[in-house]
Amino acid sequence: MAVSQLIGARVQRREDPRLITGHGRFIEDRLPVGLLHMAVVRSPHPHARILSIATEAAASAPGVRAVLVAKDFHAQLSGTMPVTPAFAPEKKYVPERFPIASDEVCFQGEPVAVVVADDRYLAADAAELVVVEYDPLPAVVDPEAAMVPGSPRAHVEGPDNIGWDMTFDGGDIEAAFARAEVTVSERIWQQRLAPTPMEPRGVLAEYSPYDERLTIWLSSQNPHFIRLFISGAMGIPESRVRVVAEDVGGGFGSKISPYPEDYLVPAAARILGRPVRWIETRTESVQTSYHGRGQVFTAEAAALRDGTLLGLRLTQVLDLGAYHGTFGAFQACACLMAGGVYRWAAVQGRTIGVLTNKVPTDPYRGAGRPEGTHLCERMVDRVAQEIGMDPAELRRKNFAREFPFSNNFGLVYDSGNYDGSLDKAMELVDYSGWRQRQAEGRQQGRLIGIGCSTWVEICGFGPSEATAGATGGIALVEAAQIRFLPSGSVAAYVGTHAQGQGHDTTFSQIVADTLGIPMEKVELRHGDTAEGPSFGYGTYGSRSLAVGGMALHKAAMVIRDKAQRLAGHMLEVSPDDLTFEQGTFSVKGDPSARKTIEEVALAAYGGKLPEGMEHGLEATSYFDPPNWVWPFGAHICVVEVDRETGAVQVHKYVAVDDCGNVINPMIVEGQLHGGIAQGISQALYEEVAYDQDSGLLLTGTMTDYLVPTMNEIPALTLDRTVTPSPTNPLGVKGIGEAGTIASSAAVINAISDALSPLGIHHVDMPASPDRLWKMIQEAES
Amino acid sequence: MAQLVRLTVNGSPRQEEVEPRLLLVHYLRERCGLTGTHVGCDTSQCGACTVLCNGQPVKSCSMLAVQAEGMAITTIEGLAPADGMHPLQTAFWEEHGLQCGFCTPGFIMAATALLAENPDPTDEEIGRGLEGNLCRCTGYVNIRRAVHKAAAAMREGAGAAAPMGG
Amino acid sequence: MIPAAFEYSRATSVADAVNQLRTAGPEAKVIAGGQSLLPMMRLRLAQPGHLVDLNGIPDLDYVRVKDGSVQIGAMTRHATLVRSELLRANLPLLAEVAKEVGDPQVRTRGTIGGVMAHADAAGDYPTVALMLDAEIVTDRRRIPARDFFQHLFTTALEPDELVVEVDFPVSTGAHRYLKFRRRVFDWAIVAVGVQRLGDGWRVGITHAGPTAVRAHAVEDALRSGATPAEAAERASDGLNPNSDVHASSEFRLHLAQVLTRRALEQAA
Repeated sequence: MAVSQLIGARVQRREDPRLITGHGRFIEDRLPVGLLHMAVVRSPHPHARILSIATEAAASAPGVRAVLVAKDFHAQLSGTMPVTPAFAPEKKYVPERFPIASDEVCFQGEPVAVVVADDRYLAADAAELVVVEYDPLPAVVDPEAAMVPGSPRAHVEGPDNIGWDMTFDGGDIEAAFARAEVTVSERIWQQRLAPTPMEPRGVLAEYSPYDERLTIWLSSQNPHFIRLFISGAMGIPESRVRVVAEDVGGGFGSKISPYPEDYLVPAAARILGRPVRWIETRTESVQTSYHGRGQVFTAEAAALRDGTLLGLRLTQVLDLGAYHGTFGAFQACACLMAGGVYRWAAVQGRTIGVLTNKVPTDPYRGAGRPEGTHLCERMVDRVAQEIGMDPAELRRKNFAREFPFSNNFGLVYDSGNYDGSLDKAMELVDYSGWRQRQAEGRQQGRLIGIGCSTWVEICGFGPSEATAGATGGIALVEAAQIRFLPSGSVAAYVGTHAQGQGHDTTFSQIVADTLGIPMEKVELRHGDTAEGPSFGYGTYGSRSLAVGGMALHKAAMVIRDKAQRLAGHMLEVSPDDLTFEQGTFSVKGDPSARKTIEEVALAAYGGKLPEGMEHGLEATSYFDPPNWVWPFGAHICVVEVDRETGAVQVHKYVAVDDCGNVINPMIVEGQLHGGIAQGISQALYEEVAYDQDSGLLLTGTMTDYLVPTMNEIPALTLDRTVTPSPTNPLGVKGIGEAGTIASSAAVINAISDALSPLGIHHVDMPASPDRLWKMIQEAES
Repeated sequence: MAQLVRLTVNGSPRQEEVEPRLLLVHYLRERCGLTGTHVGCDTSQCGACTVLCNGQPVKSCSMLAVQAEGMAITTIEGLAPADGMHPLQTAFWEEHGLQCGFCTPGFIMAATALLAENPDPTDEEIGRGLEGNLCRCTGYVNIRRAVHKAAAAMREGAGAAAPMGG
Repeated sequence: MIPAAFEYSRATSVADAVNQLRTAGPEAKVIAGGQSLLPMMRLRLAQPGHLVDLNGIPDLDYVRVKDGSVQIGAMTRHATLVRSELLRANLPLLAEVAKEVGDPQVRTRGTIGGVMAHADAAGDYPTVALMLDAEIVTDRRRIPARDFFQHLFTTALEPDELVVEVDFPVSTGAHRYLKFRRRVFDWAIVAVGVQRLGDGWRVGITHAGPTAVRAHAVEDALRSGATPAEAAERASDGLNPNSDVHASSEFRLHLAQVLTRRALEQAA
């Protein structure tokens, strides 16, 4: 293997020059000639019957080309929006979803009509002229209330509101609880969150009726799946549909699944024979881009008095919203990951998906793993508190230490060193010092708290065997293609896509190192279904490096093998007599006999190839990982709560994480910074709130939905341990979601610890000043 | 009724008729073709649309194009000559101060205004100077580092070029 | 989002603006900094048929001190107030408050006259105006702050009347403005201002009701010798704040007390 130059180096990002100078290529930057603009008329009601839609006034408004309603789109789009078949046969009610409502609207913001006009100002004006007459129906807002028999139904046709109800048994839970010396129980709320990428969504489509080709540009994490879904719905062969996502201004999961507008825009473009574009406003984004979390857990943990963990039993009630999110079922993995990094005798998780009259929930950064981690880490702290043991010590007592480690559900953690990260984090944060300061502070009435979160996650989706069933037959592997061009530069294609993760840089480092060429010679392409391999599986679940990066590595190795054979032929030696170093094949024992890989590449397009060897130097590879990868780490947060106002100050935040071998430490740290900030933000600030009676959204703009500024995010101290993954050749694991998975628990454990002298055991999120003040008031009175 | 507006954008004088309701950000993006200035919200929170008006930072989504009458506007594209980078751009690149890059032009413009007023800001002053800008990717850690680094470079005179038109 | 269409005219003087407002009729509205108005128009919560732009009027952008009062032109931007040495020397409380309004970009455009005329319940300047007995000077009269702010988004201004200046008494004594909010650039959940003036304290509270309030009960208690802690207990007297997603009514009442005590203790 070539001596590594780039892997492991802090290479500055190649994406940046265009982005820092204002030359990024975001969806709204594309303005083709003849472009028409679409505005969407949306339901103001969470639940209502549509009595009539009057479009005449809008249709005759200046610049309007069309006003379209459901019946216009039924002629264009067949079938319903996709839902993963996960949980069959336990899946219960799955309401059918068409991109635009016909008779009944089931959440505020559901499309009921679209206006297409010459410019967006005119489209916005005309949208106000569409008159929709509604007959409001009772709205189901609270998922637990929606489960009660006799509850109003989220869909009038539905039998009830139960989307799924499934129990995962991991061991003999009754036996585990029978041995318990202590049990603790808690009710843990995961508020709804709006993913809020800074770039809202957007779709632009152009249809050419002459050759029946459709091109869609959109802001997406998942262009190939979008092509699959839209081509199917529009009855156009997949091969004649091209989906392109260029620069994507953040996604965090909210740009994985198909949205109504992804269908409506191309359909309108086909109806009108002109390019049509829709750009989401922030108000639409908060209202209709799929939310994350929205779950309430009840949990019970059993342990011995010496701190030995025995059993964990939990029920997840998941607020599906008005329809199943395409990949929403994934969030049930909270149950499978609720055991965390610990050895439990048994874990049992029941998940109930409940329909309500709200926008659907779908994966948001971490998707099920933050919820599982939060629950596990809270319950472990509760046990520690109950038996009077230091929470760090209790963690150590129960850590899994033998790897591979099979958890209660048979998921196999590939490698880990949980003591290593916790030890390092405790040292960095000065754990014993803070415990002392906490004790002294308490004497003076100060509320200082220290919270640990020792986390593990499952990521890197595949493997094919486990994932094919979850996505309707398409297994989550990853594809890559590398083409060595005659003059020695390389075009590399991968089926993942980036929304800020720096894949262009990281993947080029891998390709350049593996082929022994300078990084400048590697052109990394992604996000365009017209290029590269036939399918790509997208970016989510921290899979891009551990699956996509490995597909690239695999393709590069295929190229290297062929190049070595050709080099042997050129040098008239057996390929086995060659070494490959720094891009050069040399004859063992005669280093002057050598060919650079660029020379070999040129030769691959020339004459005199070995017998049986085809021309060219390119490879397409699919990587099907044998297992998931299992990053882990330890976060410790120190907070102080203002007893009078409930305001939380984070004194210190330390994170020691382990994602195996690191390709680009700068990017890994950046991913952690951002991920941790989002988890802290969930813990302290963000919440999508609905009026419990009317079902109307209360946090409809960025004024009320609290994305923090720089001033609200504390300084973050990062470090890492390195435990390579045995799952892939480079020993890497994902890191995109890790920070978010770990951090909410660290913050809330710290706040709960701070308030524990008042007899408060648990604090829900967001830990707003008002919420904490009320809890303190109640505890003190 | 269209309204005449005369202004300077990145050093070039312009004069044209616009609808009064045309937001400055849309004027810059769609009339001037300067798509580096982004729209991230409807309510003047996110700061992605920040540009300089006569050297002062404004959110161009909360200003009408007609209100820029007589003003010199600087956008991210005009911050440095086409073949060079402003020290803030260099520092954002070197310090990994951006991920998806959508908020970045707004941050760089706001930071330009901050450093013009305060060449050696503390952590807290950077926070307050950039409180009108939201980033969802970076956790702000490296943005703060980048601003410190650029400030140091500009104090040493490494290309403390005044923004064009600013 | 996109504002609805409107007619637009630039005023060249105060008289011209008033004239244009009269001509344009009840659909017309003035635009000063526009930092509240334009977002509301983009959300189409406001749809004026005609905007009269005050930004071209010369000579409304000033801070001056005359006869014991600090006179501030209506079109003076927050950023100007933050930077004004004269303001810091003669009314440091307002300079401190200006720093906490919005964010740097908003402070570039937003004006003191606009904040007064807009009369948002969470506006910061109205509190200072009330507690210091400021006067709002319009094109035709002087209105004491206590008569000016009538209700949420409602002032004593006639439809065609313009704020041209705000006059505060020179106040150089100990002062403090504490603004409680979730994020630094948010509107106040509750804020409290205190100012030592003459031989007493002035105390004002932001966003604990539809308009700012002057906390007379606190001022009276202090005058009769109460400690800051004792006096602060009176801060919630007569208040009836609303509940919203950021804070409950009870919490706002509580904050009014806590912030009053802290502001008094920290005043310098």
